[in-house]
Amino acid sequence: MTEDVDIEIKHTCFLDSQGKVIEPLPAFAEDPKTLIGLYRTMVLTRTFDAKAIALQRTGRLGTYSSSLGQEAVTVGGGGAMLSEDVLAGTYREQGAQFMRGVTTVELFTYWGGDERGSNFAGPVNDFPISIPIGSHAPHAAGAALAFKLRDEQRAVLCVFGDGATSKGDVYEAMNLAGVWKLPLVFLVNNNQWAISLPRAAQTASRTLAHKAFACGFGGEQVDGNDVIAVRHAVAEALANARGGGGPRLIEALTYRLTDHTTADDASRYRDDETVGEFWKQEPLARLRNYLSESSGWTRENEEALIADCAAEIEKAAEEYLALAPASPETMFDYLYASLPKDLAAQRDEVLKKAAGDG
Amino acid sequence: MAEITLVEAINMALARAMEEDDTVLMLGEDVGVDGGVFRATDGLLSRFGRRRVLDTPLAEVAIAGVSVGVAAQGFRPVAEIQFMGFIYPTIDQLVNHAARLRNRTRGRLTCPMVLRAPFGGGIHAPEHHSESTEAMFAHIPGLRVVIPSSPALAYGLLLASIRDPDPVVFLEPKRIYRAVKEKVEDSGDALPLDTCFVRREGSDITFVTWGAMIQETLAAADELAAGGVSAEVIDLATLKPLDMPTILDSVEKTGRCVIVHEAALTAGFGAEIAARLAEHGLLSLQAPVVRVAGYDIVMPLPKMEHHYMPSSERVVAAARKVLEFS
Repeated sequence: MTEDVDIEIKHTCFLDSQGKVIEPLPAFAEDPKTLIGLYRTMVLTRTFDAKAIALQRTGRLGTYSSSLGQEAVTVGGGGAMLSEDVLAGTYREQGAQFMRGVTTVELFTYWGGDERGSNFAGPVNDFPISIPIGSHAPHAAGAALAFKLRDEQRAVLCVFGDGATSKGDVYEAMNLAGVWKLPLVFLVNNNQWAISLPRAAQTASRTLAHKAFACGFGGEQVDGNDVIAVRHAVAEALANARGGGGPRLIEALTYRLTDHTTADDASRYRDDETVGEFWKQEPLARLRNYLSESSGWTRENEEALIADCAAEIEKAAEEYLALAPASPETMFDYLYASLPKDLAAQRDEVLKKAAGDG
Repeated sequence: MAEITLVEAINMALARAMEEDDTVLMLGEDVGVDGGVFRATDGLLSRFGRRRVLDTPLAEVAIAGVSVGVAAQGFRPVAEIQFMGFIYPTIDQLVNHAARLRNRTRGRLTCPMVLRAPFGGGIHAPEHHSESTEAMFAHIPGLRVVIPSSPALAYGLLLASIRDPDPVVFLEPKRIYRAVKEKVEDSGDALPLDTCFVRREGSDITFVTWGAMIQETLAAADELAAGGVSAEVIDLATLKPLDMPTILDSVEKTGRCVIVHEAALTAGFGAEIAARLAEHGLLSLQAPVVRVAGYDIVMPLPKMEHHYMPSSERVVAAARKVLEFS
């Protein structure tokens, strides 16, 4: 009997931390427009995060989970999808959601504590942000089952963090996806921390990618700070899934550069020095360096992009802050397709109170 | 038209729903080749094929969660949980997702799923197979909770549940799966999901009950009738939403009410009915509302099960107490 599972895990990385090409680039990366598009959404995501935190700190947004440092995972994952695919993600998928056409106003609205923010006008079949850890993984399997039963060439991207891989829900979904050969790709944002619990204390599994093999499909790792690697691996896995090749799991190795959420204080469980080391790996500088080398991306281009993203986020924040509050009786109006009779009195009570307050 | 049992009526409704709507799917443990451990899905696999009758891995969270996902993308899954004792892992999916998907997306995504499970005691089943925890589900906003008590009600209520655009927990009283037979026409007619059913009319006392307890309650009504007492028996059928007007009308007529359920007394669904009667029907009441329920103990294993299950004797005794109150 051997003590360890001897499975070689593929690891994909095209750009090193300096932005130097270390492997021949995939075809899509030859087009500077595509890369600049990914870069723009990464910058937009970071700008959105900063504004969201500023709004939270000044009492104008609820608890917020930043994706700082993980922009390549979320933007690369969302950027790998076709519009007809479906995203089932958690609360750190801002970049993927922007790539999918969820608007910055919608996300501010959601994080501001308003259900209307999950009524996406763009990707109408995407699942809303799922806060309980891992319990959305079976939904991804259900959506993938729907596509398979309808013989549609569509796939689902299910995103969760390293902590979620310890959940039974995720295993149940992976196991079922494997045995039913569903068109489903699991993307693990391994940012090394589940609030205060480091990856090493989460599981004795050598990698998170190994977990796929027990479910009968392949798992691989990508450098989660290299957006080209994430986009490439996820796009390939989604294409394979759409073609009937079944699920795949991609573990993206990255690092959570800030607190878990605005309600967290990471200094209680990790030191700044370690975090500082990971700033040297962060995904935006890496791609920017590459763009400067390969496509003549200039300081002027950079400044224009930052100004453009800042203006877009400011405008979205203003629109969000100016959004008229929903009338309180709408709390009742979407619970069921039609309001059950025994709820009418409670709705009336709220209406009456609202009229009195006004 | 043949007489059929409650479980046969469920099978007939499932087949009917699958026949009339291609998006209706069956899924669960052993629902396919085996036809379900109680045979509720018997014959559906051979009739509708493997793409619509899905034997799942042994994973209750996945059964409920996949149902949420496939429902959100246009299907109408009917998921079976083998016994209520194994339903608890699905509560996360019901509370956090199924019951709120429509609300949290402002109607963009919906969850037209049915989660079926046999429940209740009295069949000498192993540990964990006999509980009645329907009140837990009735406490969840966004769900419907339906419990049939006869073959005809099972057929019509299940069809309605499958056609309903929102999630329904459909609990089947397994003790009477085969205890009662009646003629049920495969008419495709659904029954309303927001109405109680008056199973027996009477003028002296109102019994409110649901599920397998309908049998004990009807027997108690027979016994009381022999002594000249006319009891009305209301089958709740739909715990959520609750049809209070039917109950209040009845109590206005009788002035007395006994609620019968096999679930444990404390925080059982009878408490909700009693509270609403106190709030809205106090002036009709000539006696305190009394509950005949399971005891507040862990459901005993089969040897002592009969000491736990409310009997018609207990129902009659409670009724006499209420009738004698002055």
